[in-house]
Amino acid sequence: MTAVETGLTWHTVCAFDRLQPERGVAALVDGVQIAIFRLHDGSVHAIGNVDPISGAAVLSRGIVGDRGGVPVVASPIYKQAFCLVDGRCLDDPAVSVARFAVRVDDHRVQIGLP
Amino acid sequence: MARHLVVVGNGMVGHRLVSAMQDRDLDRHWRITVLGEESRLAYDRVALSAYVDGSSEEDLRLPEIDDPQVELRLGDPVVTLDRDARRVVTASGVELTYDALVLATGSVPFVPPVPGRDLPNCFVYRTLDDLDAIKEAAAAAVARPGPGRRSAVVVGGGLLGLEAARAMRLLGLSPQVVEIAPRLMPVQVDEGGGALLRSLVEKQDMAVRCGVAVSAIGEDRGRLVATLSDGVELDADLVVFSAGIRAADSLARGCGLAVGERGGVLVDATCRTRDENIWAIGECAALEGRTYGLVAPGYAMAEVVADRLLGGQASMQPSELDMSTKLKLLGVDVASFGDAHAATDGALEVVVNDPVAGTYSKLVVSDDARTLLGGVLVGDASKYATLRPLVGSPLPADPVAMIAPGGVELGADALPDSAQICSCNAVTKGALVRAIGDGAHDVAALKSCTRAGTSCGSCLPMLKNLLVQQGVEVSKSVCEHFAHSRAELFQIIAGAGIRTFSELVASHGTGRGCDLCKPVVASILASLGGGHILDGEQAALQDTNDHFLANMQRNGTYSVVPRIPGGEITPAGLIVIGEVARDFGLYTKITGGQRIDMFGARVEQLPQIWKRLVDAGFESGHAYGKSLRTVKSCVGSSWCRYGVQDSVGMAVMLELRYRGLRSPHKFKSGVSGCARECAEARSKDFGVIATENGWNLYVGGNGGANPRHADLLVQDVDTDELVRIIDRFLMFYIRTADRLQRTAAWLQAMEGGLDHLREVVVEDSLGICADLEAAMAAHVENYADEWRGVLEDPAKLERYVSFVNAPDTPDPTISFVTERGQPIPAPQPGDPVLVGTPVPIGMPGVRR
Ligand code: SRM
Ligand SMILES: Cc1cc2nc3c(=O)[nH]c(=O)nc-3n(C[C@H](O)[C@H](O)[C@H](O)COP(=O)(O)OP(=O)(O)OC[C@H]3O[C@@H](n4cnc5c(N)ncnc54)[C@H](O)[C@@H]3O)c2cc1C
Ligand code: SF4
Ligand code: FES
Repeated sequence: MTAVETGLTWHTVCAFDRLQPERGVAALVDGVQIAIFRLHDGSVHAIGNVDPISGAAVLSRGIVGDRGGVPVVASPIYKQAFCLVDGRCLDDPAVSVARFAVRVDDHRVQIGLP
Repeated sequence: MARHLVVVGNGMVGHRLVSAMQDRDLDRHWRITVLGEESRLAYDRVALSAYVDGSSEEDLRLPEIDDPQVELRLGDPVVTLDRDARRVVTASGVELTYDALVLATGSVPFVPPVPGRDLPNCFVYRTLDDLDAIKEAAAAAVARPGPGRRSAVVVGGGLLGLEAARAMRLLGLSPQVVEIAPRLMPVQVDEGGGALLRSLVEKQDMAVRCGVAVSAIGEDRGRLVATLSDGVELDADLVVFSAGIRAADSLARGCGLAVGERGGVLVDATCRTRDENIWAIGECAALEGRTYGLVAPGYAMAEVVADRLLGGQASMQPSELDMSTKLKLLGVDVASFGDAHAATDGALEVVVNDPVAGTYSKLVVSDDARTLLGGVLVGDASKYATLRPLVGSPLPADPVAMIAPGGVELGADALPDSAQICSCNAVTKGALVRAIGDGAHDVAALKSCTRAGTSCGSCLPMLKNLLVQQGVEVSKSVCEHFAHSRAELFQIIAGAGIRTFSELVASHGTGRGCDLCKPVVASILASLGGGHILDGEQAALQDTNDHFLANMQRNGTYSVVPRIPGGEITPAGLIVIGEVARDFGLYTKITGGQRIDMFGARVEQLPQIWKRLVDAGFESGHAYGKSLRTVKSCVGSSWCRYGVQDSVGMAVMLELRYRGLRSPHKFKSGVSGCARECAEARSKDFGVIATENGWNLYVGGNGGANPRHADLLVQDVDTDELVRIIDRFLMFYIRTADRLQRTAAWLQAMEGGLDHLREVVVEDSLGICADLEAAMAAHVENYADEWRGVLEDPAKLERYVSFVNAPDTPDPTISFVTERGQPIPAPQPGDPVLVGTPVPIGMPGVRR
């Protein structure tokens, strides 16, 4: 899923089937809240779960879609769109969330942390 | 005990402070007393000149503050400030002690010390009282018998002087403007612009004399004579001084508080004076030594002080204050913005002077010609709205082309999201676009939810432009993925028998949808009988609230609202709700919809809570869905001595019939047992009022942001007829309304209005009523409780966890504090501090 995967420790969070297309789940990995999304095309993306605008840990619960072709999740609180690929907020350039390495290994969804 | 905040001055900025406190001080830490010298409620001084141009005092009035925590004492200025005793004394002798004092005393007009300035018929131009006096004197002059022009000398040719001169014209006098500087509006406009401005002003029948001062005023045969420094004498019926302002800082001076070199109460970047209990904001404040004569910096100061008084860390950024100005009401377009005089190092000027068309435009750009720094527009300021927000941003086009006649037309799309569209209220393009996306679909809605456009009004053209750009006024497209309105999508989906979003977007749209179109499609599929809303692909279309069948709160927890049809509940039912709330530690509140809301449930608790409720016979109240909310009832003939029908029974029946029905927006109802209308049925989407002979049905009512009384659709009908017409009405609404359009707005936009609606749903003019009734019958038949649907389906149930890899771990970011004996979300340490940005009030669009 990501280009640079060396030096990461992979944590399995759930089975791939547990992810619904175009919907997110949240995972708690090493104390970090991560929102994981499966897109329509089967690709999987992971960004921080805490919505920087409201401070609530809810990004995994937003609606997934695209804005001008960029895959995004809309925060369920105030509806800002966050890019699922790099975590930037499309509605406010000053705001972004972290992105995380994620892969599907033998039907297991795994998050890579340094 | 609440602390006491005393605000001296009930002008624009004082008023803004009080409303900012109302917005933020939700826990009521402060009680506020406002002491105002003017005896009127606060008004829009920026629009003062409109008072001679058809606007009334009510039109200019700022939103009234109706709050028991706020006391207004008007027409009674503060005369003494005793810092040691923390006490103020008013002219009428009232003494008040304060915990914090905010000076918002504004400015006083500067009147040059010329002999005769105190003669009758010499005025200043600052308050409504001034304008009343001016109007009266002008009327007397116009009524005076005898030949000759009636005229006024306006001392000062700046922004305010020209406004005053224009007002004199409107009052029937010939104005003569006397300006000491070599050109009009010397602060804003450069020489080239000034020359053109002068000729435009003169064309408006106003005489202009620049480079001279008024040196004396005398009287001659009942009129005034102004003698100028070059010896010229001007006779006049009245003289208006509009030669600048001075900060009203006498209270501060009187008690030894430091003032700035050029006046103004000296404050630091937090607007605090040298006395830690005293603050100063607006025109009376010298922020780090400098005073500001515009309303926008004053508003920003008010927000900062409100934040500070509540323990926040906000402060002013003087370098970012916008000093742009546009002349209002003159019939002459003049605007200047940013670094209009090219004072920045290396700044370049691009000028397009078109004497034939009577326009002069100048842009000031950075030395590499890439960044816009400022500009001056005279004769045609229509580009002001687009250019001003671009200051500091890269130029989107060649600067000459941007101002040349027939050059590039810049629209809202040229602006970055961070561009400030409304400088008075610090609202960015990004914030407006968001508000539009959330349903603020006209200028009025944008004004009420962002405050943009509510002060000087110069950004209004841009608001319209943005609406058009966002596809609001020109197109009813749901979003970038579909070029169709909701009603069109309904036709397509119903007509082609489409059952999934993927099918629809592949055949009629582009991309993969978004938070605008997906819930719309979800709602349409549900109206067409799509099974449980979380079945299959439909689950991914639902708004968060629908996805979790509960309302998300600001800390990520949910509220749970069981249905209580008609507001009727047994003691046993109340006890169950009480026990559930107690066992799960939930905050409970009686809602405005006659039922009980339990707040603070974590996502993994929802199924357990529902289980307890469902076992006791409750079901989802759909507080989350765009669907029927409640049918409010009054107690009616069962108990009430006036009731003529069983309103509770009717409300229960209607609520059960339409529960779970998905629609373009939420809809509400009410049933009253007689014309006294205790259920407020006429404020509902459909309201029923009992009569001696049956029922009256009202439709298209609304509370909320834009209240509207419902219209009478049919009268004295029996129960069967009533239900039949409501069935048709609701289905017709569901099929034809736009996204997030309540019935009130739908009806108002309907061609032919109420009569047309009556033709369609009562007289069946379109021949669709059988179809509408059948659709409703199918809904009633297929209704099933959504909570139970989740409890019975393990695949759905497993989604109700905070963490997919730690289903039993609660979200560690959620914590509560106790308020009035109940839990509420703990404040977040990093809660962002909004400076200059208004705190959303009610935000009709944003939190849905
Ligand atoms: C709980 C309640 C306030 C209360 O404590 O009493 C409430 C709470 C909310 N209201 Fe309301 N409204 C509540 C009664 C009302 C009423 C009064 C009424 O229904 O009689 C109104 C005015 C009447 C009307 O709607 O015509 C009302 C007008 C609004 C509006 C403005 C609608 C409009 O057309 O202007 C919104 C915003 C929206 O829907 O876009 C709103 C939106 C909301 C939301 C959904 C905002 C949100 O997403 O967070 C609130 C969430 C409820 C929750 O989390 O449970 N609420 N809201 C009331 C729930 C009633 C119920 O039992 O379902
Ligand atoms: C004709 C006109 C046109 C304008 N046009 C624009 C414009 O286009 N754009 C713009 O940004 N600005 C404009 N302004 C300026 C704008 O109105 C002011 O910046 C704004 O009103 C300042 O608000 P304030 O609350 O500081 O002062 P004010 O609105 O003047 O309020 C101060 C209040 O305090 C009261 N007060 C004073 N002393 C005491 C006391 N001792 N006790 C109790 N009360 C006291 C005063 O009576 C007054 O009501 C215009 C002003 C005028 C007069
Ligand atoms: S509306 Fe009429 S019947 Fe109902 S409670 Fe009021 S007075 Fe009684
Ligand atoms: S810029 Fe003045 S009201 Fe928006």
